[in-house]
Amino acid sequence: MSGFGTLLYKELLRFWKVAFQTIAAPVLMTLLYLLIFSHVMQGRAPVYGTVPYAAFLVPGLVMMAVLQNAFANASSSLIQSKVTGNIIFVLLPPLSYWDFFAAYVLASVVRAMAVGIGVLLVSLAFVGLSFAHPLWIFAFAFAGSAILGTLGLVAGIWAEKFDQVAAFQSFLIMPLTFLSGVFYSIHSLPPFWQKLSQFNPFFYMIDGFRYGFFGVSDINPALSLLIAFVSLAVCTAAGLALLKSGYKLRY
Amino acid sequence: MTPAIQIQQVYKRFGPVQALAGIDLEVAPGEFFGLLGPNGAGKTTVINILAGMARADSGSVRVLGHDVVRSYRDSRRALGVVPQELVFDPFFSVRETLRIQSGYFGLRRNDDWIDEIMHHLDLTGKADANMRSLSGGMKRRVLVAQALVHKPPVIVLDEPTAGVDVELRQGLWEFVRSLNQKGHTIILTTHYLEEAEALCARIAMLKQGRVVALDTTSNLINRRDNLYLKLRLSAAELPPALAARVRGSRNGTHTLRLRSYAEVEGVLAQVREAGAQIEELEVLYPDLEDVFVQIMKEAKG
Repeated sequence: MSGFGTLLYKELLRFWKVAFQTIAAPVLMTLLYLLIFSHVMQGRAPVYGTVPYAAFLVPGLVMMAVLQNAFANASSSLIQSKVTGNIIFVLLPPLSYWDFFAAYVLASVVRAMAVGIGVLLVSLAFVGLSFAHPLWIFAFAFAGSAILGTLGLVAGIWAEKFDQVAAFQSFLIMPLTFLSGVFYSIHSLPPFWQKLSQFNPFFYMIDGFRYGFFGVSDINPALSLLIAFVSLAVCTAAGLALLKSGYKLRY
Repeated sequence: MTPAIQIQQVYKRFGPVQALAGIDLEVAPGEFFGLLGPNGAGKTTVINILAGMARADSGSVRVLGHDVVRSYRDSRRALGVVPQELVFDPFFSVRETLRIQSGYFGLRRNDDWIDEIMHHLDLTGKADANMRSLSGGMKRRVLVAQALVHKPPVIVLDEPTAGVDVELRQGLWEFVRSLNQKGHTIILTTHYLEEAEALCARIAMLKQGRVVALDTTSNLINRRDNLYLKLRLSAAELPPALAARVRGSRNGTHTLRLRSYAEVEGVLAQVREAGAQIEELEVLYPDLEDVFVQIMKEAKG
């Protein structure tokens, strides 16, 4: 097994051993959102004229869970290793910074997908969904989880204490996901907030992801995908540059 | 022959602190080498730079000829490090920890060697125990095992016996000695100077980021006064003729400094002339601790 393969395996094993907390808990939390919001919003006019609100909500919630869990995986793994000191076990071997980057980000993608699929499967028991373009669904889920996995990696490298990771999560990741159109179509917003939403990269991930289900969206999905992959490229470059410089890992 | 370790003109600064101020060291393959110095002298910084955990501001560091920055993959493959801190990953068992560590070095089927190291370190019974459940001494053994999974030719032990009980300490040294006999180069830092004296053939002493002494252990010990004479006399006062030799006096027992055994006779004659009688007499040899204390006092750092 290569060094990269082992690090990926170790990262997968790490969250799998506590799957109740890392997979089951976020699935449950997302379902609570679904039950409460779909109940409160019952009777609201269908979105895009044809999509019932509950169905509209599901992809948004799935993507939100995907994004948040991708971030949580890389960031919590790294900060735990740094605080307890066992990060040296991966710093001493001949792993390249590419190995390091790819293993942490891919493990985050896998956990995010596992949570996303979990939410989706359970939601199907309550809400009827269409799958208009499955490949688009996958492409956006991958891009979104890889971006957030990379941001989690960057936050985990930068942070020195648990509360710094929590701050990153509460003051950056949470607002960006909640205000990205998880719970509404931005066309229902006043013009100012519509404009502002277009500067939120998370908006394109959720909108494009939703296109994969319903075949309709606020923005052309090709443009959303382009924006998502450009964001991924930028985050990847930043993460690799940090790792290469040894920032906060190799003093 | 390529040196196991080659450190040339290494400087390292952490903010206002000059951690290393121009270190030069060379360790030959197969040596058992000691790195001594008070806290903050720079021992761990040297080790961290060797291991790629820290980067030197200037100078070059090589492990078996591989530059630790440019050829970091080769240099890290050649090096096994037992860290000072008692760290572990609470998610895994002992065997999982060792398998994963092997995998990081690209070793897929390493179970035979893992079993052998566990056997030598008395870990076999704990192979499937979670790391969290182990005692401090057991965790220390796992750290040693982790450093050895890839059979590194150069092994660095950073204060491996701090807070370790006597039995484990002796078992550990026996094992490390046998590795050294099989040809592994050993670099050891420790605060237990008896340990360094018993194990290391050559020693570097560091103070404030500089090498202040570098020699074989026996030369270091012998370069000072050759022996001490501990005396207790019937008279409370020491004959004035001996005053120049006094190294210390406590409770009527005086420790005198001698150059060689030949001087013993002269000392005894002076005691006799003063009319005093010897109640107790003991010849002492200086140990590494005496030398260490003296060098640290003299060195300006």
